[in-house]
Amino acid sequence: MTLDRRNFIKLVGGASGLALAGCASQGPAVSAGSAAELMPKGTARRVVVVGGGYGGTIAAKYIRMLDPSIEVVLVERNKEFISCPFSNFYIAGLMNDMSSLTIRYDKLAANHGIKMVYAEVTAIDPAAKKVVTTQGTLAYDRLIVSPGIDFRTEEIEGYDAKTPEIFPHAWKAGPQSTLLRNQLQSMKDGGTVIISMPLTPYRCPPGPYERSCLIAHYLKKHKPKSKLILLDANPDVVSKKPLFTKAWSTYYKDNFQYIGGKKVTKVDVGAKLVSIEGIEDFKGDVINLIPAQRAGDIAVKAGLVGDDKKWCPVDAVSFQSTKHKDIHVIGDATALPSDGPPMPKSGYSANSQAKFCAQNVVNLMNGKEPVEFSGINVCYSAISDHESVSIASVFKVENGKIKSPATAISPADFSQAKMEHAYGESWLRNILTEMST
Amino acid sequence: MKQRWSGWALAAGALTISAAAFAAPPTPEMISFACAGCHGTNGGSAGLTMPSLAAQSKAAIVEAMKKFKSGERPSTVMGRLAKGYSDADFEAMGAFFSRQKIHFTNQTVDKAKAAKGADLQEANCSRCHLDDGKDGKDDTPVMASQWLEYLKMQAELYDSGKRKMPKDMAEKWNRLSKEDREALLHFYAGVSK
Repeated sequence: MTLDRRNFIKLVGGASGLALAGCASQGPAVSAGSAAELMPKGTARRVVVVGGGYGGTIAAKYIRMLDPSIEVVLVERNKEFISCPFSNFYIAGLMNDMSSLTIRYDKLAANHGIKMVYAEVTAIDPAAKKVVTTQGTLAYDRLIVSPGIDFRTEEIEGYDAKTPEIFPHAWKAGPQSTLLRNQLQSMKDGGTVIISMPLTPYRCPPGPYERSCLIAHYLKKHKPKSKLILLDANPDVVSKKPLFTKAWSTYYKDNFQYIGGKKVTKVDVGAKLVSIEGIEDFKGDVINLIPAQRAGDIAVKAGLVGDDKKWCPVDAVSFQSTKHKDIHVIGDATALPSDGPPMPKSGYSANSQAKFCAQNVVNLMNGKEPVEFSGINVCYSAISDHESVSIASVFKVENGKIKSPATAISPADFSQAKMEHAYGESWLRNILTEMST
Repeated sequence: MKQRWSGWALAAGALTISAAAFAAPPTPEMISFACAGCHGTNGGSAGLTMPSLAAQSKAAIVEAMKKFKSGERPSTVMGRLAKGYSDADFEAMGAFFSRQKIHFTNQTVDKAKAAKGADLQEANCSRCHLDDGKDGKDDTPVMASQWLEYLKMQAELYDSGKRKMPKDMAEKWNRLSKEDREALLHFYAGVSK
């Protein structure tokens, strides 16, 4: 579905880019992106933001709030954004649809004078300071890239373009979430569900564990003869361990099994099988395979990833890329210099980073001294249909590295779990409202 | 502090770029922007259980944060986060949020209850909860237009003894019936201008 949509945009994108730009010298639509200049830059300084998720929307908005003399163009390939946080509720049948997770960009753009371009970015030219999109090229003074993640599927033998249609990752909310939900609902009672999660770092550290709780909750309620196995590539639980292990043993001990140190290296879609380093196989009726991750495709194409070829190294001040001048990267795609546990790849982290990126881009463009980072991450995870737990951290900078002076998880007796469930919902409303208005 | 970035800048400068060699401490607004993830842009909350911080007095914010940090005021996430901040940070947050315009939630409340609550506010609370709760004496928080669900949760915390009530408030509140208390909450929640 994503591919269809992209192809569709590519197909019409080149042509409409031509019409919009009105550029006489432009040839026919190019599938890789249109060379026609879109929105020729006037006298105003311009920041282009690539990606309208948790990071990009906030960066675009706060630049306009902090310095309205700077023109901001937000490039996003979809007309709607669906939040990954809380999509596990939908997958596990605790939410009827994803409408409460979906935002549009119209109000954000109107309220703050952000110029929206609905197109896919196909290339970035740091020397010429322009991005190439399926609608045409855009010149920038500074570029903020908030590309999210894509998957290192090449590390799994037998994984091809069709694999996620059978073994959904559901790690980008949308059609993949629906596919996994439908598979769970049509599975016979007595079936086996497998969640395979990758080594860190990946998007949303507690996410797979939350998913295991909510799917186990679904099975317990609707398919009590079924079981769920969580295959963790990491040797042990990497997020909120005391809380998740307690939830599993308290609520789901009869239908759930956690197995650490199981990295899926091969798949057999026909046999509904995942293999662990040639040693053992696991067979499932529903297999939720979450592959290892890296920065979103455009960051790789644009050479923004570091020597590891996975994540984008940036400084901890303005999130400026160490690879290309005048380009900043925020959110899941980044590798930040850290002292101690890094900022998790989460929506809240992206939100916090976007604001400092925005402020310091504005400061840099105005010849002002940048300010030091001071941000927050809060991640709520549901452990059942009415209880949630959280991790909360403050992040500051010390000696050029991001460090947390305070990090703590919910009390292990679940005494706050009902209240935190309610707070989690408010968090979602507030952060999505912040992104869309 | 002055030289904080120099080591890094040298290392990265060789690669490509002039990253900022120096960075100033975060401004009050930059410290406070991080709060918006839960409390809304500029402290105007869209979440039914989350209070708006916009237009709270500096004293109200500072006092609340100190109590969250010490554990005197019960919380879930807030106390844990407060431990990552200094008193100076709390002052900065207070300075920022006190400058923001009050956030009107325009929520639906029970009109009869709100009308009854208006009289109760005038008779019992208006000495500290000034101007229909849009302002507050000293560290008294802004009550006007806070979400009803949030107000109810706080009332429960007070009534269960988990949140300590100021003495002046307890004298008034404890005399009110359950219905009167609810009417007051509807009144505050319903203030919309």
